Amino acid sequence: MSARITRDDVVHVAKLARLELDDARIETFTAQLAAVLEHASDVGALDLAGVPPTSHPYPLVNVLRADEVGATLPSHEALAGAPQAESGRFRVPTILGEAP
Amino acid sequence: MTDPTSPEPTSGGPSSRDGAGPRVPTDSLGNPITVPDSADITVVTAADGSRWELVCGLEVHAELATATKMFSGAPNHFGDEPNTNIDPVTLGLPGTLPVINEKAVELAIRFGCAVGGPESVRRSVFSRKNYFYPDMPKNFQISQYDQPIVVDGNLELASGHVVGIERAHLEEDTGKSTHVGGAGRITGADHSLVDYNRAGVPLLEIVSRPHVRSTDQARQYVAELRSILVACAISDGKMEEGSMRVDANVSVRPEGSQEIRTRCEIKNLNSLRSLARAIEYEATRQADLHAAGERLVQETRHWDEAEGRTGTMRSKEEADDYRYFPEPDLVPVDPSPEWIAEIAALLPMLPAARRARLADIAGEDRTAESIVVIVDRGQDDQALSAMAWVTRLTTGGGDDAVVESASVDVVASEDAGAVAGPDPRIASGADAGAAWSVDQVTLDAASAAPGPARTRVLVHTAQNLAGDGGAALAPRRLAELVLLDSSGQLTATQAKQVLAVLVVDPSTNAAAVAQAKGFEAMDAGALELAVDAVIAANPTEWEQFRDGDPKVRGKLTGFFVGQVMKATKGQADGKSATALLTSRASG
Amino acid sequence: MSAVDAGGADTAVRIAAAVRAGERSAVDVLDAHLARIDTGEADVHAFNLVMVDAARAAAAAVDARVAAGEDPGSLAGVPIALKDNLCTRGVATTCSSKILEGWVPPYDAAVVERVWASGGVPVGKTNLDEFAMGSSTENSAFGPTRNPHDLTKVPGGSSGGSAAAVAAGFAALSLGSDTGGSIRQPAALCGVVGVKPTYGLVSRYGLIAFASSLDQIGPFATTVADAAVLLEAIAGHDPADATSIPRAVPRIVDHLDDGVDGLRVGVVTELMGDGINPDVRGRVREAADALAESGAKVEEVSVPAVMFGLSAYYLIAPAEASSNLARFDGVRYGLRIDAPTTNEMMVASRTAGFGDEVKRRIMLGTYALSAGYYDAFYGQAQKVRTLICRDFDAAYERFDVLLAPTSPTTAFDVGAIADPLAMYMNDVCTIPSNLAGHPAMSVPFGTGSDGLPVGVQVLAPALGEVAMFQTAAAVEAAALTVREARS
Repeated sequence: MSARITRDDVVHVAKLARLELDDARIETFTAQLAAVLEHASDVGALDLAGVPPTSHPYPLVNVLRADEVGATLPSHEALAGAPQAESGRFRVPTILGEAP
Repeated sequence: MTDPTSPEPTSGGPSSRDGAGPRVPTDSLGNPITVPDSADITVVTAADGSRWELVCGLEVHAELATATKMFSGAPNHFGDEPNTNIDPVTLGLPGTLPVINEKAVELAIRFGCAVGGPESVRRSVFSRKNYFYPDMPKNFQISQYDQPIVVDGNLELASGHVVGIERAHLEEDTGKSTHVGGAGRITGADHSLVDYNRAGVPLLEIVSRPHVRSTDQARQYVAELRSILVACAISDGKMEEGSMRVDANVSVRPEGSQEIRTRCEIKNLNSLRSLARAIEYEATRQADLHAAGERLVQETRHWDEAEGRTGTMRSKEEADDYRYFPEPDLVPVDPSPEWIAEIAALLPMLPAARRARLADIAGEDRTAESIVVIVDRGQDDQALSAMAWVTRLTTGGGDDAVVESASVDVVASEDAGAVAGPDPRIASGADAGAAWSVDQVTLDAASAAPGPARTRVLVHTAQNLAGDGGAALAPRRLAELVLLDSSGQLTATQAKQVLAVLVVDPSTNAAAVAQAKGFEAMDAGALELAVDAVIAANPTEWEQFRDGDPKVRGKLTGFFVGQVMKATKGQADGKSATALLTSRASG
Repeated sequence: MSAVDAGGADTAVRIAAAVRAGERSAVDVLDAHLARIDTGEADVHAFNLVMVDAARAAAAAVDARVAAGEDPGSLAGVPIALKDNLCTRGVATTCSSKILEGWVPPYDAAVVERVWASGGVPVGKTNLDEFAMGSSTENSAFGPTRNPHDLTKVPGGSSGGSAAAVAAGFAALSLGSDTGGSIRQPAALCGVVGVKPTYGLVSRYGLIAFASSLDQIGPFATTVADAAVLLEAIAGHDPADATSIPRAVPRIVDHLDDGVDGLRVGVVTELMGDGINPDVRGRVREAADALAESGAKVEEVSVPAVMFGLSAYYLIAPAEASSNLARFDGVRYGLRIDAPTTNEMMVASRTAGFGDEVKRRIMLGTYALSAGYYDAFYGQAQKVRTLICRDFDAAYERFDVLLAPTSPTTAFDVGAIADPLAMYMNDVCTIPSNLAGHPAMSVPFGTGSDGLPVGVQVLAPALGEVAMFQTAAAVEAAALTVREARS
């Protein structure tokens, strides 16, 4: 498998996952994740060329639904759980940057 | 493909940029990228004088014409109160699961059949595209990645140039955020408000190959694509409502070379005009960087309409890593050959085929002339029939020649101007005083050499033709009017007015109406006097026109012709007036 | 050892029969259970929420229907506890996480609807390892659950609360979820029956997802027959779950007592090795012998790929979880920690709202999916899954069901296992069934030398629930015989 997971990897992945880790956790997690990945390296060592991946344990295809309107959620119910709402919308702080 | 996490095709990247060996750039499905030649290539000049060719691909997102969303039964409807067209699945509430909308699949299959035939429709798998953004309820988008539903199509443009379609796939749309404070733009906003009505709406993402070689082709491509989408009832294709969105992938290469260089994606193109301007700007920007020996960063850029430039999108410090993996909550879609065949059989006649038929009817050699018929749905039969009558009347085929009708759906009238190029005769929008708006379009072939007479089709494009007004206008009457106009006996403006009468009164004909209204063609001498008078009355503008470059002249032509029209109460012929202006300017 | 006794608690089958016949009132049944909760819950902490009022209302409604001559259903008047990752409309559903503390779903999970439709009485939402990630229920943000057999021990996890609730007699039945063993392992540690059905047999709509291709909802009960009744009540196709199997539910209850004469039973070699506590192995062999005595054909069988199950699981499950848990960002519901920008707000909310184990798994999963690593980690693990399926398929050519331990050990001390990797080892016997999508269940069979419960695991091929339950019933009967012989 690839090289052992490093502290920098952990910091990078935390950012991708929108988590902030203090230094202590970065240290601990790096060690723990490295141990798990080390253990899982037996999988990486297998030669599985030609073995197809399994994404779904039960082989179904073409599960579709008819294009018919169903029950909607009234907006007050939808906003009921909202930490902040304004003018019928979910309110969030400044968004920096456009959507990708 | 080797690494399904790299979200963008590996085109225009390392292979030529850093000269790291002859690795052939490939698209998102691992096919080698090819760029075709063309008679119409946009060439930009860098600051150092070097010349660079445009290489362009277009990505179009079309909202599908379904009743409900891609993965749930919430309504797919534009313009309602915020957060009213939602359900738990739309909001991505914990515990909810997606289920695929059959109609969306059908529409995607329809598109595949239209651009690539039944064999372009494949077994497909949905994947998760993971990233965080507040308009994304789950912070992943369910899309299709390495196994899209449609592959390998082609789109023939009005000019005959063919643009390959690499793939089309299904995905869900995001919600919409509005920014409060900071003049409604994202920069400097105090906070934002999110509406999820649009979240989950089915999208078909259509990715062309980098076969677009000019800004004209770019506009034609979008217009043509839209006409197919509308003709096949796949999408209503309204750029202004956001139901059709266009992004451009732009790169350049030294004129005459076969290189494939780094490309940038341009987003936020809200009209065909923006599309052309943005491509032109970006091509020049890239050419300048290349010419100066600077590195071009592969990135997504945002078109700023007001500033007239593209800019880096401010979002990310690190590259996007979408961590695609197959959507575990959905199983593959594998349409049966029977289902695909059923859908293929119900396709209407498509624009390219229609153009061939129009050319047959009009007796025109279609490679020398492009005729774009601008109609709304439902008036196409009329247009074709009228064309047939025009042919018969001009060639003497006689009344009993059989008129075939065919179904025709094309570009909306408001896009006519962009597609046709600047033409002062085009009047879009309602005619003052008339109940309808009338557009007439002439599209000149790229090789506008003296050749077969251009045929203009005068078409009534406002709503009323679809109703009772349309039925009253017999194709023969329309054809007669067209001939009066194209032979110069009526001016465009006069023809419009005659048309307004013909639509409500089936008992009369164009010649009679024209006579009753006292329309006569203005003779050449009277026109010269009118033009000279206007020139004399506007010396400053005339000087600008005479000394100005083509862009300046183009703008001022409109002004002068308008003045001539005013002075002659619409009786002047615009084209003749323009010709006179030009000859006066050079004389 | 200090324990909480379920003595006097009745089975679901007997309760439902009595209630439907009008011999007992649902309200009385409920009161008996609430009384046990009153006495023991402070020690056990099986619940995040006891739904006293809702339960009373539901019980009264059942009684009213009986009085009106109607049949409330197969679960009439049966007090049922629900793992707190199952959405219950109008009732807080927290996943034992701070990020969802107090969140009230506007809809019921499909299984919850079916339980109500069958006359079940909701007793409460049970404690779990946060977001179902764990094997001991110690990862709950609201404090651990204790094993009713010995309050110093863990009940197992992640459905520790549901297992303990049934073991302590707080509820006659409960529902849990199983992604890598989270029903079966706590069932074994708490000495109750726990079932993970075939993937797709039970709708996942309304189960707050951990790993979508592995999660299944299943019953806890004190008897195999009770588990069968609850499973039949919740199983069956659901159009709202695209992975739900569109076939008729196997007729389990009807065939429960058919016996095991001629049934081919394979004891999985790889799961009977030195990594398993000798007492546990002993119980499994005794169960195998008992089956042989009842007429089954019992042999050893090798299913080699199961040795890779743990590794594959700890790449696949966290990967799917990292994506499933991305929605918890403070924007639409749940915990929000304010900040000047949306991005900072998301980071702060998630950081404050998730516990360490959840963070660890999100990180692991994000890494396994990230650019450059997909093929080596997630991609490779999905291929291992195929190998496991193939090896199981080969085994099921020669055998009808398989036998194995459920958990490598009996219940361990609260706080005993701090190392995450060591904790993951608890799932080694249960994970392969999740990867293959096959059903498996744990049946209590005696105790270890420490007096703590041992569970024997019965495995079957996809939709093989009938044979699985038949085998389980025989194992259960043998366990009773063994217990009586010993006492």
